[in-house]
Parts: sequence; C-alpha cells; structure tokens
Amino acid sequence: MAVTKVQMPKLSEAMESGKIIKWLKKEGDPIQSGDILAEVETDKADVEMEAFGNGILRKILVAAGEKAAVGTLIGVIADANDDIAGVVGQATPAPPPAAAAPAASSEESRRPAAVPPHPRREDHAERSPSPSRGPEAPARPVAPAPMAGRPQPAPAPVVGAGGDGGGRVKASPLARKIAAQSGVDLKLVQGSGPGGRIVRRDVEAVGSAPAATPSAAAPQRAAPQPGVEFEDVALTSMRAAIAKRMPLSKAPVPHFYVTSEIAMDAAWELREQLNGLEGQSKISVNDLVVRACALALLQHPGINASFQGESIRVFHRVHMGIAVALEEGLITPVLRDAHAKSLAQIAGESRDLAERARQRKLRTQELSGATFSISNLGMFDVADFSAIINPPEGAILAVGSVRKVPVVTESGLGVGRRMAVTLSCDHRVMDGAMGARFLQDVKRLLEEPLRLLV
Amino acid sequence: MATHAFDVVVVGTGPGGYVAAIRASQLGLSVGVVEDDRPGGVCLNWGCIPTKALLRNAEVVQLFERAETFGITVQGLQVDYAAAVKRSRGVADRMAKGVEFLFKKNKITLFPGTGALKSRTTVEVNGASGTDTLEARRAVVLATGSEPKSLPGVTIDEKRVISSNGAVRNEAKPKSIVIIGAGAVGVEFADVYRAYGVEVTILEALDRVVPIEDQEISAQLARNLSRRGIQIKTGVKVSAVTPGGAGVVVETDGGKLEAEQVLMAVGRAARIKGVGIEALGIAMDRGFVKASPTMETSVKGVYAIGDVAGPPLLAHKAMAEGVVAAEAIAGKQPRPVDYGNVPSCTYCRPQVASIGLTEAKAREGGREVSVGKFPFTANGKAVALAETDGFVKVVADKKTGEILGAHIIGPEATEVIHEFAVGRTLEATLEELMHTIHAHPTLSEAALEATLAALGHAIHI
Repeated sequence: MAVTKVQMPKLSEAMESGKIIKWLKKEGDPIQSGDILAEVETDKADVEMEAFGNGILRKILVAAGEKAAVGTLIGVIADANDDIAGVVGQATPAPPPAAAAPAASSEESRRPAAVPPHPRREDHAERSPSPSRGPEAPARPVAPAPMAGRPQPAPAPVVGAGGDGGGRVKASPLARKIAAQSGVDLKLVQGSGPGGRIVRRDVEAVGSAPAATPSAAAPQRAAPQPGVEFEDVALTSMRAAIAKRMPLSKAPVPHFYVTSEIAMDAAWELREQLNGLEGQSKISVNDLVVRACALALLQHPGINASFQGESIRVFHRVHMGIAVALEEGLITPVLRDAHAKSLAQIAGESRDLAERARQRKLRTQELSGATFSISNLGMFDVADFSAIINPPEGAILAVGSVRKVPVVTESGLGVGRRMAVTLSCDHRVMDGAMGARFLQDVKRLLEEPLRLLV
Repeated sequence: MATHAFDVVVVGTGPGGYVAAIRASQLGLSVGVVEDDRPGGVCLNWGCIPTKALLRNAEVVQLFERAETFGITVQGLQVDYAAAVKRSRGVADRMAKGVEFLFKKNKITLFPGTGALKSRTTVEVNGASGTDTLEARRAVVLATGSEPKSLPGVTIDEKRVISSNGAVRNEAKPKSIVIIGAGAVGVEFADVYRAYGVEVTILEALDRVVPIEDQEISAQLARNLSRRGIQIKTGVKVSAVTPGGAGVVVETDGGKLEAEQVLMAVGRAARIKGVGIEALGIAMDRGFVKASPTMETSVKGVYAIGDVAGPPLLAHKAMAEGVVAAEAIAGKQPRPVDYGNVPSCTYCRPQVASIGLTEAKAREGGREVSVGKFPFTANGKAVALAETDGFVKVVADKKTGEILGAHIIGPEATEVIHEFAVGRTLEATLEELMHTIHAHPTLSEAALEATLAALGHAIHI
C-alpha cells in the first residue's frame, strides 16, 4: 500500500535544483529500494539517484532534460493498485518557498522538503475528516531559516559512531538523527537555535532552498554579428553557484595576503627522479605543494582553522581542497586526511579527483569539508596571484608557475627555478606573522624536499 | 475627556493582554491597558482559575465519598454547592488583585472601560467616568479575548440556558443539566455538577468525548465519566432547545431530553464587536483576527494576541503570544510561538493532558510510528495515592525517535505532561527521555515507562 514520493534530492549543500539527465527506469518498471532511478546533473557533479521505496514506478513527473528544484516531486513509486491521484495532484510545478520566507504555509514548510541525499519517503494515506480543531490545526509561523549556501565551518572529523569527535557540533538530538539518516553533514549546517544550536528545521532547510539558478545549458558562442555590441550569456549552474558564494567570502571575510618565493630547484630535481622510476605514478608540482602544505599545517594548526563567530575552530586533521579548473568554472574536491598520506597516495588520489571532477562524477561527500585549500594556476604560466578564501576555511594558498629566473648565487649570477605562492588569510582567525611562519615552513619543506618523503 | 500617550496600548487584560503589558514594560516601554471587566480576563475571573477551584471542591467531595478506601469513616457528610462557588469567587478575586498589583509594580496604567480602535494609533476608552483617548506611539495590542458561542437559534439567558459564565457564577445548582459539547469546558462542569449530585447528560456531536484528544484517551475518559453516573451521548445533533418540562427541552436527532438547565459548551468566538476592526480594515480569518508570526495584524502597528487571534483558545497560548508581541514591538526578534507544541489540558477527574500529534494524526502522514503505553495501575505512586485510572501514551517516529505526541489521562496528568513539552522544545528523542533518571516513586515514572514501552522495553509491565 505504500506510496513513495520521489523528490529531487539535495546532493550538495549549495544545490538548489537539479536536471534529470536521463531516467534509467520508465513508467511501469518494478522498483526495489536501492535501484538507480535516474541520473541527475547538479551544479557540481552528475549523480545517480537511488529509489527509497518498493513498488512500481507509476509516474514520472519531470522528464529527462528538465530541471526541478530540490524537493520537487519528480516521480511516484507505488503498488499497481494504489491510488496515486492524490499524490500526483499535490505536485506543484512551483519551487518550494524561499528559505527566508518566514510565514511559509504550514505543513510543507515544517517537513523536510527533501532530506539529502535521500528523497523524502512518504506513504500516502486517506485523510479522515479531522475533528473540529486539532492541536496542529493552524498555520504555524516558521522561524527564519538559515542562510542558504552558507555552510558552517567543518569541525574535526567524526570519530566513532554517533560521536562528534574533537570539534563539537551543537545540535539537537533529533537534528543529529535526521542528519545521520538523511546523509546531511551537520558540519555544513548553520544552526538557528539558541547559541547557534542546529535544530531540526536547520537540517530540513538544507533541502528547501529556492531554485534561482537558470538553465545549466552551456553557453552557445554565436558568431559576433556586425552592430551587436554584446550578448547576455545564461549562467551555468556552476557559474551561478560561484557567483553566489564568492561574495559571501570576499565581503564578510577580511582577507590579507602573504607572498613568498620558493626555490624549486631541488623539488624539481626530486620530482624528475621520482617520475623516472619505473612503475612510479607521476608526481606533479602540485602534489609536492599539497604534501608540503599538509605537513606544515600540522605544525601550524592556527592556519588549519576556521572562524566560528564566538570561537576559532582548530582542526587536527588536514582535509585539502584542491581547486580544479573546468570549462565552465571551477570545483574544489577534497583530499581527505592529506596529512596522513604519502606523496604517491596524494598524487594518485588527486589525479582521480581531478579526473572525476572534469567528468562531473564526484560524490557529494568529496565536495565538502575541506579545512584548507590550494589553487594552482601554474600550468597557465602565471607568475603570482591571490585567491579568495572558500569559507568556512581560514586560508587558501595560490600557487604560481615554476619559472626559470636569474638568481644571485655565491659564485655570481645563475639560473634558478622559482615559484611564488600567496597565502590568503582570514584575519579573524590569524595574523600576518602566523601566515608568514607557515609559509616559511612550506618553503623549507619544498626547498629541502627530502622532508616530503619521510 | 483626556488624552494620554503611551508607547503601547493594550486592549484587554486577560492572560494575553496582561502578559504583553508586563513584558513591554520590562522592556522599557510605557504601557496603558484597557479593561471592561476585572483585570485578568475570562481566565482569572470566569474561566481557568475559578473552575479549577470548583474542580478541587469536586475532588474533595469525591475523596470523602470514597473515604472507606482509606479506612476512614465519614458520617453525616454535608456538601454546600453555594459555598463551593463562593470559595471559587474568592480565588478569582485574589488572582485578579494579583494582576492589579503586577500592573502597579510595572507602572502600567489601567483604564477601566471599553476600548475601541479609532485609528491605527488611537484607542478610545468609554468608562464609567467618561471618555479617554489613548495615543499609542508604537503599537496597539488587541487582546479582547472570546465569548461563549451558542447553537443557531438558541439564546443563552444564563438562567435556563447557561454558558460557562453563568455556570461559574450561579450559587444554585440545578437538579439536572444537559451539557452540550464534550470538550474541556463540558467535561469539567460535568465533573463538578456530578460530584454535587446533579443528574448530568453530555451531548457531543462528534463520535467521542474530548474529541481533539487521542482516541484511547477519549475512550478511557468516557469509561470514567460513565462509571460516575454521567450520561454520555455522542454523535448527537441538537436541533432545538426550548423552555418546557423540567425547565428546558433539548431536541436531538436521537430523541428529546429534559433538564432543569442546559449548559452550552460548544466553543467560543472571538470578541470583535465594537473594537473597531472593520473600520480599520483589519484582516480576519475564519472569525478570528489574522496575525503574523510576530502577532502583527494586517494593519501595521496593530497587534492581536490570545483568543481573538485564533485557536487554540488557551490561556497559555495567549501568554506566549503576548510575550512575542511585546518583544516584537520593542524591536527584538522573538522566536514565534510554536503552535505544534502547545499543551492541552482538561482538569476533570481523571485529568487529561496532551501535546503534539495524536496517534491517528501521526499515522495520517504515513510515517512509521511507535507507540508506548503505560497504565497508572502499574505505577507505585499512583497505587499509593489510590488514583490508578488512566495511562501515559507516547507516540514517536519509529525512525528517529522524535516525540510526535504524548497523551496522558490520570492523576496530575496536567503536571506530568511538561516533561514531554520540554523534551519536544529541546528536540529530545525517546532516548534522551529514557536516559533521564526519574525520581521514584513519582507519577512521572509512568512517562518514563511509556517512553521505554515505545522503545520496546518497559521495565515495570
């Protein structure tokens, strides 16, 4: 008798809508919980959508190629003889109410529009005539939802079952359970309860952001026509996400910048040697930088830290965000526990992450939880640049090209390989000297690169 | 005729109005209040408080009647209903004086008379000593409350056909009474009258007594009331109430009934007449003033709280709204009232208290629900008190352990309910309640056991 609503799942914390790339099941197909129903394109990746109920796919409400806001009913799974007219009838094409609308309608706004990454499962039952007044009858005001797309800084990773590890996330028991069951990372949820406590509505609000981003279609380059001075190119969903998130970093986070020049001769040589070894996977300059930063961050936990309003959260582990440039924007997959990984592991995993980023095949959990990020434009022959911090991280390292430059040696003038790095720092978390000392260590590790191997 | 200016003018001093006034004063605002009766409104004067005094009398009478249970022999027991009403009036007077004292303490100026909005910022007060004009610099709060409703074509004369207003005042009790409506008001007066020997018949249009409560609660209460000789007829439609017979004849689709009096307990309607709501064009919703989550009406600067602002018509909901309105007016950002978490209490014996969803409502959504029940017969304290009727029932979400609802019928149910209210406010789940050590022996242990039962492992049953 169970009727399962299939809703557009929330697959990343910034996701507001998704496009059905294709349905892998068609109307009338028998469905088992866990079956892959469809492929969904989000702003970050293409993701497979699982079924959370048994029965028959009775109805597809959003066709392949169409877009739907998170939480929108996109299909119905039910037994052959179930009446699904009521469920289908409820489906409104309008997106769920804006997260900030304080007086959204009663029932829907209280429930999870969708609990990511699982679509909401709800059995449909005939409503009996309700008594004259139920305690839950009137429309209830809904407290303002937290800002969408403003993730909470990530605390130390979870240790053990149900625990919250070193960095405590303040959350109600119910919020914890719902988050655990629906795959929401509490570290990414902004709490709206007393003292920033995460309560149920915050976890649920993660799935009720409005659909504001226009079509994800890649911009079509029309040949310039004479007399036409400009053209308006629709934002891709990734571009829209970047446009929305970056001002949330640049404006509220007081950035300052520390630049250092690193002699890369020894590192270059080491890399050549390593890459010359048989069976050794290729190691890039960036892998060396990742390894150096991960090791240095362990020594400088003040940089591996996040501003929390009333406190600074210092992370004991390094989750390294590695910016990957794509045609339509950029994406920052996260290399987890980078501090505990060898150079070879870093090289292998980074390549895998970058490749899958380009194919947009990253999993949700690979896109969140970084404690520090690296953005490398070296391959574009960039001398030096500065990056915008990706909140809630406290710092990001911008890495330029390794260039051959004239250097003064003991014997006179010579040629050396130099690389400029610029650390963007959140001044609320750290000061210039802290940033400088961290860079000193990064520099030392790269200039004496054997340290990267131990 | 004089004009007075205040930051806030509150019309009505029931539990919504007086709380709003005090909270506004605490936040540094000057406050004038208007009241056409005694401060405290229906709650303190004619509702919650005096009826609780009458119910206590009924309880004492019942204890004397079963004194044998405790090995106590009572001879020549005399009960005086007029004395019970007098005591109840004394209790109400004392509480109303308490509100007057609180007004003085908080430097709130009371204007006796009828208040009417003349503009968004002006309230005219017509009192015994003339007319006053109150200017509100920041906001007007409408807290005019509600009044008993009747059935179409039936006039409440407070003699033969009475409302709770008459019932709480009349020192003479009828020989027999038909109570129309088996909600909280109906069953509470049924309890009082029956304790004092009145022949009581309750008529309810819906299929059970206290129809907003969980079905099992209704069933248990119906058993208890019937056992005490109260006639209950549910699913009955009243077509006419006319004078005749022993006093009044009540015609229903199930036949005629006669009684000395009829008590109308079919609900309450917002008091909006003469308040100036239409003239200002304040939006209404199903007979009540429409208010935002911060209790502001459709007219900027005019707030509405309590019964006039819609269901549930409960004093504690009004108080909560009063606080929200006062804080919003003072420029704070109050947390809106959570209407899904308002306890509902009925003070008949056994008492009934509930919060959240009934089992049926919880299942309507189609979610998987776990239910735990624990009877007071298995609770040591209840047995010692010889008050073993009733049970605690917990309705939880099977997946998360969220406490969807709690339903209690039994001794001090209206006190025991609050652990569920606090639990729900904190978003505790069954597990947190389970890990909360409950003192032994207490009635509240039944709440713990019901929680354990919902988790599948009650100890004491």
